[in-house]
Amino acid sequence: MIGLENVCRSFAVGDSEVRALVDVNEQIENGEHVAIMGPSGSGKSTLLNILGCLDQPTSGTYLLDGREVSGLDEAELTEVRRNRIGFVFQFFHLVSRLTALENVELPMVFAGTAPPERRARALKAIEHVGLNDRADHRPDQLSGGERQRVALARATVMGPGLLLADEPTGNLDSKSGTQVLDLLDRLNENGLTLVVVTHDPAVARRADRALVMTDGRIVRRLRGKELESIQGIGPGIAPGTTDVTSVST
Amino acid sequence: MSLRDLLRFAIQALMGHRLRSGLSLLGMGVGVAAVIMLTALGEGARGYVENQFANLGSSLLIVVPGKTETTGALPGMGGAPNDLTLDDFEAIVRRIRQVERAAPIAMATTTTSHGELRRQVAVIGTTKEFLEVRNLSLGRGVFLPEGDIRRGASVAVIGERVARELFPGQNPVGKVVRIDQWRMRVIGVLTSRGTQLGVDVDELVVVPVATAMRIFNRSSLFRILIEARAQVDLDTTAKSVVALLSERHGEEDVTVITQDSVVSSLGSILDTLTLVLAAIASISLGVAGIGIMNVMLVSVSERTSEVGLLKALGVSHQQIVAAFLAEATLLSLAGGLLGLTVGFFGVGVVVGIYPDLPAHPPGWAVAAALAVALVVGMVFGVLPARRAARLDPIAALARR
Repeated sequence: MIGLENVCRSFAVGDSEVRALVDVNEQIENGEHVAIMGPSGSGKSTLLNILGCLDQPTSGTYLLDGREVSGLDEAELTEVRRNRIGFVFQFFHLVSRLTALENVELPMVFAGTAPPERRARALKAIEHVGLNDRADHRPDQLSGGERQRVALARATVMGPGLLLADEPTGNLDSKSGTQVLDLLDRLNENGLTLVVVTHDPAVARRADRALVMTDGRIVRRLRGKELESIQGIGPGIAPGTTDVTSVST
Repeated sequence: MSLRDLLRFAIQALMGHRLRSGLSLLGMGVGVAAVIMLTALGEGARGYVENQFANLGSSLLIVVPGKTETTGALPGMGGAPNDLTLDDFEAIVRRIRQVERAAPIAMATTTTSHGELRRQVAVIGTTKEFLEVRNLSLGRGVFLPEGDIRRGASVAVIGERVARELFPGQNPVGKVVRIDQWRMRVIGVLTSRGTQLGVDVDELVVVPVATAMRIFNRSSLFRILIEARAQVDLDTTAKSVVALLSERHGEEDVTVITQDSVVSSLGSILDTLTLVLAAIASISLGVAGIGIMNVMLVSVSERTSEVGLLKALGVSHQQIVAAFLAEATLLSLAGGLLGLTVGFFGVGVVVGIYPDLPAHPPGWAVAAALAVALVVGMVFGVLPARRAARLDPIAALARR
């Protein structure tokens, strides 16, 4: 279970301060499928980074399974990321010199899993995303959809309870996008908590509920039938807003 | 994470950029090869010089006319010193107790012929002690006979090459050879020994000292060789010899050279030379280390998003440092081994061309070169590795 209480995140940009998240309060239950929507700069990526323990709130508390994560040090956060959280990115982030299978093995290599067990689990994960015949291919020999499925296998191979996806279909054609979303749904049905950041209403409609963000605040909470009403919230909808993700670099 | 996995990950990363990895590895290889070859040459030079002297025996004193210090010139040149004479020689043998044996040497180059065959050789006039003092041996026949040193018999012992060239296919012993205008009976042939102290033993003709003085029409000696008794102090012996000859000549006009002093002073010069060569070569190791650092920095900035991914996957700071350090270390180690191979091969080639040069890299140089290569790789790998580990994962992942 995820609990966010008065979570704020601000960045110093020059002399001014950019408030990426302002008093975010939210509960996400185990096994939920939540979409986060909003224009660029609305703070959804920042929220996802905080949920993924890649970033820390400036103030407020973040509880993950009842444990306060916001006060943990770097080593403890690493531990949380390794065992509790899986990431899927828009640009896949596969290691290009490694085969699909080796990419899936990567988290287990650094976690110190013994090679035979590692291989067996990686093969199972690859099979689960339907790519057994592609296990020995390198990323540049795979299509975009196949790459994202390898990334999905990698994100789940450590058995996390929470999967965070940042625009998982943003770089895919609709057919491979659908395949990836189907896989995500299936994982969610098996009990994995799923948080997906997206611009795409079609992606958001698959969620149990959606959080719509603007200027660092959750402005609307949609669930059930309300999701049908979601219109496209494209990147260009709020001209002049600062893209927080790029500012934070 | 096991060491094996760490190394495998590092090797895969290095193999991802073969050319770049290969070039920086080559840089380290050149550095190590340079250290090995240069120190081997330095050692070879020292070994060569030592071999030259070692053949002489370690208790040898050489009396040379002339005083280095007083004239500032080389012994035997300028300063008009008194000649060394056979009387001096006899006085040394009779009056200096530490002398085991001694041999006078009169020397000149002259024509030696047999029938139509003739050649220029160095003729040495000496006594039967010469054989033992110079550690020579006979291949055939006998050496100079014992007897009154002032009565020279017309006999000669010839070097191995002289024998081959003047008496091709024959046994020269018992034959007559003509030295200048004088006919001598060959009584022995020296065993081949090569060049010693600039004198090629194989090209030598040895006759009794009185005979040589007659041939050269000269009454002075070129050198007196003294072999001191075992366990006597060479320096005191040298001083006694100088004192005796100064007394006889009325001034100090001889120089006594000991083998040890020559070898040790040359040895220390050549040791310094080896160290200087090693130091120069180590500069290239440092340069190679900077090369590795450069390659690793490029690698880190190129793999920023990979580092971000690793962080998102829960890879710790220390593991990321270890992964990049392992890469740098592997580069320098592989470069070191390459350099070792190339260096030893190069030394082998040099020895093949100059067999007289006992060039082999000293153990300390091999160990130091490898150790320095390894340490340099690790030290110069730290900065890039830490830079990688410190990357902000969000910023790193924002890159495609």
